[in-house]
Amino acid sequence: MIKTLTRRGLLQSSAVAAALALGFTACGGGGNAAPQQTVSSDAVEQALQKGGKLTVWAWDQSLKKVAEGFEAKYPNVDVNLVNAGTGNDQYTALQNAISAGSGVPDVAQIEYYALPQFALSKSLADLGQFGAADLDGTFTAGPWSSVRAQGGVYGLPMDSGPMALFYNKELFDKHGIAVPTTWDEFLEAGRALKKADPKAYIANDTGDAGFTTSMIWQAGGKPYQVDGTNVGVNFSDEGSTKFAETWQKLIDEDLLAPISSWSDEWYKGLGNGTIATLSTGAWMPGNLVSGVADGAGKWRVAPLPQWEKGATSSSENGGSSLAIPAASSQAALAYGFLKYSNVEEGVQTRIDGGAFPATSKDLASEKFQNTQFKYFGGQKANQIFAESAKNVPAGWSYLPFQVYANSIFNDTAGQAYVSGTKLKDGLTDWQKASVKYGTDQGFTVKE
Amino acid sequence: MSVQTAARHGSAGASSPARFRTTLRPPRTRRRSRRSVALTLLMGLVLLYSLAPLFWLLVNATKTQDGLLNSFGLWFDADFALGDNIARTATYDGGIFLRWFANTVLYVVLGAGGATFLAVLGGYALAKFDFPGRKAVFAVVIGAVAIPGTALAVPTFLMFSQMGLTNTPWAVIIPSLISPFGLYLMWTFASEAIPTEIMESARIDGASEARTFFQVCLPLLTPGIVTVLLFTMVATWNNYFLPLIMLKNPDWYPLTLGLNAWNAQAATAGGEAIFNLVITGSLLTILPLIAAFLLLQRYWQSGLSAGSVKE
Repeated sequence: MIKTLTRRGLLQSSAVAAALALGFTACGGGGNAAPQQTVSSDAVEQALQKGGKLTVWAWDQSLKKVAEGFEAKYPNVDVNLVNAGTGNDQYTALQNAISAGSGVPDVAQIEYYALPQFALSKSLADLGQFGAADLDGTFTAGPWSSVRAQGGVYGLPMDSGPMALFYNKELFDKHGIAVPTTWDEFLEAGRALKKADPKAYIANDTGDAGFTTSMIWQAGGKPYQVDGTNVGVNFSDEGSTKFAETWQKLIDEDLLAPISSWSDEWYKGLGNGTIATLSTGAWMPGNLVSGVADGAGKWRVAPLPQWEKGATSSSENGGSSLAIPAASSQAALAYGFLKYSNVEEGVQTRIDGGAFPATSKDLASEKFQNTQFKYFGGQKANQIFAESAKNVPAGWSYLPFQVYANSIFNDTAGQAYVSGTKLKDGLTDWQKASVKYGTDQGFTVKE
Repeated sequence: MSVQTAARHGSAGASSPARFRTTLRPPRTRRRSRRSVALTLLMGLVLLYSLAPLFWLLVNATKTQDGLLNSFGLWFDADFALGDNIARTATYDGGIFLRWFANTVLYVVLGAGGATFLAVLGGYALAKFDFPGRKAVFAVVIGAVAIPGTALAVPTFLMFSQMGLTNTPWAVIIPSLISPFGLYLMWTFASEAIPTEIMESARIDGASEARTFFQVCLPLLTPGIVTVLLFTMVATWNNYFLPLIMLKNPDWYPLTLGLNAWNAQAATAGGEAIFNLVITGSLLTILPLIAAFLLLQRYWQSGLSAGSVKE
């Protein structure tokens, strides 16, 4: 009967799969019990020379060229690059494969927010055994702290998303509005824009967990405290409050376009002047070029507005690592690929393909900093991005069940965007739901 | 359900000339036409409801990615790019769309074809032969109809992965071979469409069981077979969830998964938004199904056994 699928049946069974995927989080337990086995870099080199077939699950398109370069350098290795779904779909597939014990890839692309979930359940190999800890300083602080958990290194940063303000300069100029440098000015600009053109919005937002946590991160909030299986969730700190208060005003005054990011409507709004700004990660230019051809020449980049006038605080949004599932039988070879792709030649290949690197060296390089973006009217946008990468507040962590927590954001905090619920109360609801789920999964969760 | 519809279709077709003649009588015509205004209106609405999405698809398949976002959704853009879209759909990412198309055809031919074949054999046997355990089979089949296939997908995945079959075409084809609904349909159809007397006379004339089945009974079953075939074809062609969890290698994706992957691409960092190709691809995807319906629908209406037996 597998064939008579109804849409409802499909949703139900997706839920089954999701439950299957999420039921694993807290089984790992107690920290670094396994003795740290160190494999010399010779072993990795040997594996590369000996070769083999390496299965890589990733949706990032720039990896195709990296894989070609890797195969050219190490002719005995055959890379099988598989797009097993984007984000959540891939995590579900990966978890299913891990539970089934077969079909597990040797390398998987995992976003930073999802990495703790896989790391804590011991689904990923600790790269410390290959000496990954020596790479300290190779990557910018934000991504590097994201791949470490409980004293281990569970992935190598592939790209990063230091945040910046992308804005439609043409629209700002037309209405004589100054580009905001603080979030209060952002609010004022939103009001002025609405007055000048009722159809234009300062930004679009329908409730986005990743964006919300990034904003709280910038404001200095630390809603998540993670120490092994002891977890704290608290959205009443100062940073979270600052965000909730400002955003509440934007919501109340209808200054945010009710358009979800990544929808076709969104691409349209970015092109036709409905959406005036976009506060997002430095990986955005590639998407603007291919998805919003109309905006070429109209858009510019500015530093992210600040919570305190004159401050330089920034944040990270998005970005992925490459990790090695513990079930892979070719961890040494896989690590060779990780290093090639994320530390060595592959980095430049990906930069050329439009990706934004996580390596400090490349961010500082003259060639990178002086790249002129035709789309942004010749602006050297990388300078703003690289500066942003340096100013990400330390000490942020995501929950070891962040994938689930993000999936319920719109049922809780996101209600503030569609109903009379206050964002502050919505965040409290999100906190409660996250605490309950964490406790059910066997974590010790404090509010 | 649809066998009855098909059967009714057949009889309606047979008797309509007679009815047509009666409608020529003036007083009844007026009454009928007054009644049909509401019905015609309703049918018009339903027609609009079903055709509007198709129309939208057709219109928007002719637009460029830019035109898609910047022109009125229900009418053509100045720039007519259908040919270009089709060419790009077929060649994008190394021509992977054609590979997905071929995969889908493979799954439909083996999966839906096999499911229909098995359903016909089983339905015929259950309808025309008396053997111990028939009631039990009936209970199992009815029970199987009641279980949504998606509920079985995850256990099936775990079983297949132990057998090392995931990520191979077999993981999609084998589960597609089982169609309890098709079996039930053939069973009901066979017991009505094949008069036992025909089988008996075939046997008396010395035909073997196989010959009785293939040469005498099978032609009588044609409308039922076509119905089951269409059902299983549509189900396999549109199958999404099963391949979603079974297949990770895009080289084995059917069109449904492939188009979804293209669509998801717009929502990733550095990903290229190709909504125009997704829409053109969707249009190309439904064409074979439309063709299959148009070509096969006449077989529904042929009530072959009508009048073959005098009772």
